[in-house]
Amino acid sequence: MGLDFLILMKQEWAVIAILFILLFIKVGSKEWNNENILNLVNVLLLANFVAGLFGNRDGILFNEMFKTNQLIVTEKNILSLGTYIIALQSYSWLKNHKHVLEFYMLLLSTLLGMFYMISAGNLLMFYLGLELSSIPLAALANFDLEKRKSSEAAFKFIISSAFSSGLLLFGISLVYGLTGTLTFSDLSQHLNGSPLQIFAFILLIAGFSFKISAVPFHLWTADVYEGSPVTVTSYFSVISKAAVLFVLVTVLYTVFKPLAITWYNILYVLSVLTMVIGNLFAIRQRNLKRFLAFSSIAQVGFILIGITGSSHAGSASVVYFVLIYTFSNLGAFGVISLVSAITGKEHIEDYKGFYKSNPFLSWVLAISLFSLAGIPPTAGFFGKFFLIMAGAGQGNYLLIIIAAINMIVSLYYYLKVVKAIFMDANEHPIEKLRIPPSPRLAFYICIAGILLTGLMSYVYEYIFSLSTGF
Amino acid sequence: MNLSLLIILPLVTAMAVLFCKGLKQVRTVSLIGASAQFLSALGLLWVYWKERAAGNNSQFLFDFNYTWFAPLKIHYHIGVDGISVAMILLTAFVVIAGVLVSWTQETLNKEFFFLLLFLSVGAYGYFISLDIFTLFFFLEVAVIPKFLLIGIWGSGKKEYSAMKLALMLMAGSSLVLVGLLGLYYNTNLDGAHSFDLVEISRMHIDTAVQNLFFPFAFIGFGIFTALFPFHTWVPDGHSSAPTAASMFLAGISMKLGGYGCLRVATYLMPDAAHHYAPVIILLATIAIIYGAFATMMQKDLKYINAYSSVSHCGFVLLGIGMLTQTSITGAVMQMVSHGLMTALFFAAIGMIYSRTHTRMVEQLGGLLKVIPFISTVFVIAGLCSLGLPGFSGFVAEMTVFMGSWQNPDKWYRLATILSCASIVVTAVYILRAAGRSLMGVVANNQYNQLTDATWNERLAAGLLIIGIVAIGIAPFWLYQLITPGTEFIMQQVGKAVSLK
Repeated sequence: MGLDFLILMKQEWAVIAILFILLFIKVGSKEWNNENILNLVNVLLLANFVAGLFGNRDGILFNEMFKTNQLIVTEKNILSLGTYIIALQSYSWLKNHKHVLEFYMLLLSTLLGMFYMISAGNLLMFYLGLELSSIPLAALANFDLEKRKSSEAAFKFIISSAFSSGLLLFGISLVYGLTGTLTFSDLSQHLNGSPLQIFAFILLIAGFSFKISAVPFHLWTADVYEGSPVTVTSYFSVISKAAVLFVLVTVLYTVFKPLAITWYNILYVLSVLTMVIGNLFAIRQRNLKRFLAFSSIAQVGFILIGITGSSHAGSASVVYFVLIYTFSNLGAFGVISLVSAITGKEHIEDYKGFYKSNPFLSWVLAISLFSLAGIPPTAGFFGKFFLIMAGAGQGNYLLIIIAAINMIVSLYYYLKVVKAIFMDANEHPIEKLRIPPSPRLAFYICIAGILLTGLMSYVYEYIFSLSTGF
Repeated sequence: MNLSLLIILPLVTAMAVLFCKGLKQVRTVSLIGASAQFLSALGLLWVYWKERAAGNNSQFLFDFNYTWFAPLKIHYHIGVDGISVAMILLTAFVVIAGVLVSWTQETLNKEFFFLLLFLSVGAYGYFISLDIFTLFFFLEVAVIPKFLLIGIWGSGKKEYSAMKLALMLMAGSSLVLVGLLGLYYNTNLDGAHSFDLVEISRMHIDTAVQNLFFPFAFIGFGIFTALFPFHTWVPDGHSSAPTAASMFLAGISMKLGGYGCLRVATYLMPDAAHHYAPVIILLATIAIIYGAFATMMQKDLKYINAYSSVSHCGFVLLGIGMLTQTSITGAVMQMVSHGLMTALFFAAIGMIYSRTHTRMVEQLGGLLKVIPFISTVFVIAGLCSLGLPGFSGFVAEMTVFMGSWQNPDKWYRLATILSCASIVVTAVYILRAAGRSLMGVVANNQYNQLTDATWNERLAAGLLIIGIVAIGIAPFWLYQLITPGTEFIMQQVGKAVSLK
């Protein structure tokens, strides 16, 4: 034991340390100006990400409450990287905000919650992590303090989140009642597929589906995404979703392995619904944030296909896709965030003629959208191909055909945005924007990620080597 | 020879274009890059001949295999046989001609040349791939540049056409995706699966599986090559595209489909190819006849050529569907011939349009008197299209018909006869279009001030004409180039028959 808990929980300690630094700055007597705080936070988050890359060990703590291994470490690193990119991108928006420190304290609390959630080896620990990650998110959604829509979004989020937590808790309590244990490693021995167990499992899946906004549990998504500040929206759509997806894979692949046939069918239905509904609604959106909200719902549908693969390749492809999705979605959100912070414009029509005034931002947005649509040579192509390939391993070609049709539909609406940017004429396009250094760095990271994660195969090979399958 | 050079050269050129300033630099760099590609394609032909002459009988030469995604058995496996070499040559001709005709592309020139070159990366990569994942990757690489080229620099209802083209081609590649995954999971290589074209061709895939996935692959690739009834993107896409993009689309992009139908669908699933041959032939015959008659009704020069492309690409599919050695060789020749001919046609139409600002046949007239060079180019392309001996069109179509006739089934013979008959219709619309727009009195006084082709246009047209005539007068070199490749395909198909 000894100092194990210091080393194994290294990444958590790092986040806690940053939280404390921010807290001391807040209570200290010296007044910091916003730009210094933002730069400091960016440096700290970068340090946090880099520190996460080295010196990691596998291990179990506190009676399997907390476990860590190389895959979990990698997942946490993906989240850290995403948070760093988001912090870089929020520069323009937070520069004139009164509560920068609070923003980052809340943000890092949710990140800490996600870390604990991913590392959980016990349903109780998982639930604690989940709550720690979702309650501060509601406060974050409300961070455009003057806007009514923002508080509306926060309210919607807290209610739906509380509801889904209720479902989860109900499921967890049933599981406990039926098996007498909450530890992941013990649970699977007690699962035999009795109707009550399946009922408990369905409750759990419903709770998860709320968090990843899979159809039919997606109804909160669009409104919350639209009302929240863009930065928070990107955090919602990438980081918080990614964390839950990681846990979902672990839970399904290890704990609920005995119920594999049940959850295959459930996920099959969920993924078809999620893809189809997400895509059909995305076509009709005119607000870019809502548009990306629905497109990210559809993306979750594709991720669920990968999960149904229930193989070594399945879990690897999910983690790999989430990494790519982080780069692509953050690239797109970064542009929208910048434009929205400076001009307040968020509609697709506003982006007509965007290429004439802002070629760099246009390419960033276009490449991100191509990656989301799965067009080579962007990484999105590889991500989607491997997800679908993992799903096809089950031999259910109907699902693959539905996925293929959805890829065409999704291409349509992504291209609609590209068309507005490059082809449509506009008498009053968005003026030429000056890109501050830190968002610019974020764009470079995203573009490099989009172009390299796919073509450089060892990213996938590395993730594959860490993943455990059935 | 390192085949990756064919991908690297255009890629490097495309990247270099991004750092250029002004049209002059951009086009110079592009031309240098395109010439380098052209030379390396000729060089490839030369070393290929040398290898074959030295008695190297392996199916694919210059084989290179690099493990890309090891856990999924995805390899970057490249190599060429005669069919690929022919397609690479075609690509090189069209790329350099495309760069030359876009010489005065003012608006957003950097992006334009970047996308053109990027498109050629996709085409070269596609033709050298021996791994069906890599092949699929390059197939999709070429979709988005087309969308942007048409949507940004096109004319007419360009956004509509661009979107239609992108979605239909995406639909094609989605079908291909299903077909590929179906194939992959039904391969068995010591318990593992494989994407490798050579490995898959060596194992026998269950006939029921083939019959299930062949339609996905064939229709998927077929959409790219205007398989009836999925040809509707062709007329809109071609007519809205800027000249160079039309040349790329008809000259290279449609050939991706034909090549895929042959190399992936027919070669890897020969049982199913036999099984579905009647359907393929029916659709091909409909495309040939329908395309020809639809062309008769067109008034826009670009639409004329686009619909005639539907008809001509029908010959490719007909040749593949007939499944005889000669007919498949003819199909490949038709791909090369049509690629060169249609690129020349679009180049000529583009030159006329950039001077007269109209493509409507009835508004043109007497152009032969004012712009004789361009008009002659137009006539040559037209004569090649209608299959005049001496040009490549005759050789290719003749080979397809000969091969088709070898198939003794009476319905197949009927299809062959009907397809042959369409040549008469072709002659009607070509001669009518050429006659109305080139002969007679000068339709518009302003046309008298027109200037004839500039050096770059002459060079572009000259190169393509050299290609056409070289095939037309001395077809044996192309025939000998292609034949070993088609023999391997026929062995595969023959094996399938004997297994039955």
